[in-house]
Amino acid sequence: MADRVKLQIDGKTVEAPAGALLINVARQAGIDIPAFCYYDGLALQAACRMCLVEVEKAPKLLAACTLPVTDGMVVRTETAQVREARKAMLEFLLTNHPLDCPVCDKGGECELQDAVFRYGAGESRFTEEKLHVPEAQWSPVVYYDAPRCILCYRCVRICDEGLGVRALGVVNRGATTEIAPNRGDHLECDECGMCIDICPVGALTSGIYRYKTRPWEMKHVGTICTHCGDGCKTTLGVYGGQIIRGNNRDRSGINDEFLCIKGRYAFDFVHHPDRLRTPLVRRNGQLVETSWAEALDLVARKFSEVKARGRKFGVIGSNRTTNEENYVLQTFVRQGLGTNNLDHHRTGDVVSLVAALAGRQGALAASADLYQRKAALIVAADLAQQHPLLAFLLRANWRHHQARVYVVTPGPVREDSYAVRSVRAPSGEELAAVESLRDALAAEPELVILFGDSVKGERVRRLVEFGDSLGISVQYVCLLDYSNSRGAADMGVLPDLLPGYAPVEASGAPPGLTLPEMLDAPDLDVLWVIGANPLARRALTSKEAFVVVQDLFLTETAARADVILPAASAYEKTGTVTNTCGEVQRLRKAVEIPGTKSDLEIFGLLARRMGLPFGPWRPEEVWEEIRANVSGYNVPSALLAAGGAFPTFPASGLHSVRPKPELIRSAGDTLFTSGTLGRYCKTLSSVREAPGTLYRS
Amino acid sequence: MLYNEPSPLEVRLLTRRFGLPNSASIETYLATEGYVAFRKALQMSPEQIIEEVKISNLRGRGGAGFPTGLKWSFVPRQSPKPKFVVVNADEGEPGTCKDRVLMENDPHQLLEGMLIAGLAVGAHTGYIYIRGEYRYLIEIMDRAIEEAYQHGYLGKNILGSGFDFDVYTHTGAGSYECGEESALLESLEGKRGIPRIRPPFPAVVGAFQCPTVLNNVETFCAIPAIIRDGGAAFAALGTPKNGGTRLFAISGHVNRPGVYELPMGFNLLRMIHEVAGGIRNGKKLKAVIPGGTSCPVLKAEECDIPMDFDSLARAKSMLGSGGVIVMDEDTCMVKVALRIMKFYAHESCGWCVPCREGTLWLKKLLTRFHEGQGRRSEIDLIGGLARNMLGRTFCPLGDAAAMPTISLVEKFYEEFEAHLDGKPCPYEIKTAVRV
Repeated sequence: MADRVKLQIDGKTVEAPAGALLINVARQAGIDIPAFCYYDGLALQAACRMCLVEVEKAPKLLAACTLPVTDGMVVRTETAQVREARKAMLEFLLTNHPLDCPVCDKGGECELQDAVFRYGAGESRFTEEKLHVPEAQWSPVVYYDAPRCILCYRCVRICDEGLGVRALGVVNRGATTEIAPNRGDHLECDECGMCIDICPVGALTSGIYRYKTRPWEMKHVGTICTHCGDGCKTTLGVYGGQIIRGNNRDRSGINDEFLCIKGRYAFDFVHHPDRLRTPLVRRNGQLVETSWAEALDLVARKFSEVKARGRKFGVIGSNRTTNEENYVLQTFVRQGLGTNNLDHHRTGDVVSLVAALAGRQGALAASADLYQRKAALIVAADLAQQHPLLAFLLRANWRHHQARVYVVTPGPVREDSYAVRSVRAPSGEELAAVESLRDALAAEPELVILFGDSVKGERVRRLVEFGDSLGISVQYVCLLDYSNSRGAADMGVLPDLLPGYAPVEASGAPPGLTLPEMLDAPDLDVLWVIGANPLARRALTSKEAFVVVQDLFLTETAARADVILPAASAYEKTGTVTNTCGEVQRLRKAVEIPGTKSDLEIFGLLARRMGLPFGPWRPEEVWEEIRANVSGYNVPSALLAAGGAFPTFPASGLHSVRPKPELIRSAGDTLFTSGTLGRYCKTLSSVREAPGTLYRS
Repeated sequence: MLYNEPSPLEVRLLTRRFGLPNSASIETYLATEGYVAFRKALQMSPEQIIEEVKISNLRGRGGAGFPTGLKWSFVPRQSPKPKFVVVNADEGEPGTCKDRVLMENDPHQLLEGMLIAGLAVGAHTGYIYIRGEYRYLIEIMDRAIEEAYQHGYLGKNILGSGFDFDVYTHTGAGSYECGEESALLESLEGKRGIPRIRPPFPAVVGAFQCPTVLNNVETFCAIPAIIRDGGAAFAALGTPKNGGTRLFAISGHVNRPGVYELPMGFNLLRMIHEVAGGIRNGKKLKAVIPGGTSCPVLKAEECDIPMDFDSLARAKSMLGSGGVIVMDEDTCMVKVALRIMKFYAHESCGWCVPCREGTLWLKKLLTRFHEGQGRRSEIDLIGGLARNMLGRTFCPLGDAAAMPTISLVEKFYEEFEAHLDGKPCPYEIKTAVRV
């Protein structure tokens, strides 16, 4: 197949590898051959007959989607005969199509509509009665309108081949053929909505978006999903100040068009009625509404007073706030409050990984590596549930490149279905099982090792030693829960490490208290929590502590607060986040919720009120500071601004860290949960699969 | 027994045992040169067997008429994969009922043909895919298979030769489309009966992704005679490039409808008048569909023609499956078009757009037309829609629906005109059978 051939398409001489499909070769040469059923990366169908082209010496038109190119082939893609054939196909397709474009969600971005415009097939000679069957709701997310369906089978293939879920099939025959869900009348699946967005027409529509607006009336904002740590780009559709749609049809970002239910539909927390929109202060034991000025004054006064008396602060940062906010927070805490008592909920031991790799370049896998490397080892993670994008990429790698995947998990996972070897090992005892795969792994040309939260502390070092001893190129991914879990560690929201994993001792100060140490300290004077909910799992020992919470909702932690500052979510601000693979990407502001402020703005207002020598901050300026100061973050800003993802390589780690394995714990989110935030996503809780269970594939 | 009284004009090669007592039993078979060809083939090399089949000029009896020897030679014998022999007994082409009499009256002839094919390509497993409607034939075939095992013609180390061969019957589920070879293989594998993208052809990638010889029942049934008497003797029965005899299922308005074995190239008019006893009730011949409903229709004046693949191709029709449908002067050709289209609309598997939508549209249009509600411009629309399907569908089913339709509109345009303006069908009172 390495041979290259020369052929002519529409008079243009094109070179391509022998055996490549004509439709791809033409498209790469800038000649668009229309197709409904052909879809890059999915199995061939040759069912829609739209890609018929004229090939010299062939007695009839040939389907370009299944035609391998050969040397000397002469192809014409837009002759009168070809155009007439395509127009005829469209005329056939429209016979039983309801032509309800004015009320169809897809109107305006419908591939059938576009093709009809292109080939002038708008007028029909069909005067018979159309077939009709009623629309069906398959789940809270998925609706199917059979008459609109053109039977391209994209939905069946993306679910089967792409996700490995196999929730869709085909029933009946002839003109009454329909797509059908796996449970006959309803779906039990990932509810990812891939089938809906891949549908070229309006046959599959989403319960979240349907009938809300027309595509051209929305503002489309490409940002990064705030839920899991994979960092998918999601394009939010905003209409009338509301986010009403999420998808990634432009196939930009590390996820191409992939999104799970969270990235596609779990934006509804933004407009949840319980959303905090006014600062609250505690008066006579009750939380009452107040103004921003009064609330900020109160916090600034208290902070200054506690600082002046040299008393004890405890500050807990977030897994979802931006790098800029985390960077500023640690500056604020260390320089403004004079303490290292700063931590966050650590969902994976990235600190130990960075230390074990000792600054080795290229040892961290980027998300693209999961699609390209020849082999991968999953340790202690239910990838399809916890990291849907990484699972999708790995599966695509297996489908397209026959990647060899090894699994070591405490229970069954979806990856078992195509893994070369699957080994069951109880949580915490995975390394012995990994060792048992040594010979097989050493025989691979290269390897990506992904590991979950039970590989922590000393075990991370041993896993890296194991990888080193294989004698092949090994890359690692430390799996982390949320959209900026990695960034929180990278930005030094830690008691013992500065941004870039530099030890705090270098600055002459001793390490601060860890998260549980803060909550357990009887003499804690101030607990400041930004976008976290630590009191949901652990009580606050100090009864006297003044608690300040910046959050979106009245969480268990906020309920204990003395002051609550309503914060903006990731979809309401700009900045950057770093995914579990260490790729930094930019957030874009989609909407503004009146009454809330971004955490960065809150930090600036507090700094000014406290008379501190810094702030206010603008995300762009903080980002430049991060680039200049944080090891591994000197990535090209222009690329980032253009929507790119850039891998970061923390170069530090040459020092010895004190592993704190007891602090590492993943929240164990499934496809249908997302920590505290997930509780406010109605779409997630509305599907029957919620909340889901890990290791029950 | 379905088989009709034989005609003296027949050349009975494949049907030679028809009418013998217990013709389906292995005893009768063995008493009449049964498994002789297989014993002979055991002494031949695979190349010799294939060469003999090539010499015989045997062409696929399912309808396409592809040279059988050539098809077998495409099977990669050196492939490490197992090879399969698959019999297409999904006889569904309207007007065709030859395979059923072959299986009913002489099932061992089919098994012997399969065994020889197995020797030729190195296969050790055979499947007989029988249409679901032929349920009684499954019992007959299963009994024959059982007998063959008992007599050592199937199983391990057959006749001490070291050759192993097993045969299984598999029933279809009612879809005409499963007579298309790749859809048959999908169905055989337990999937939806939808055709596959070709190439690769079944000879290379067939059943269970393995090299497969897939032929029609009648094709396999011709193999024992070819090996026994030599390919040249078989070829000599027919016309150049069209070896042997053919089972013609003559139906319609003739006095003696039935299945007749005649040499390839037998004249169609003689077939109607001398073999099938002429047009019934003294009526005049109007048209003939020469090879099952997928074939373009021939007008009466076109029927003085040798019935072989090449002569009919020159007449822009096809020999097809040998289902000769004879229509007399009282036949409404609009109704014929409608009846044919109803069948294809019902049998379209739904996979590709032009066949799925085109056949249904044409069915509705022809229904309306036959009721006298057609418009003049729609006569051309009927032919035009069929042309929009022709050559553009995923598999030949779309062509099978389009070809007769195009020919009917072209050759009987005036009958379509006679249905315009709300006029009742001019033939309605004369035609006995309602659509």
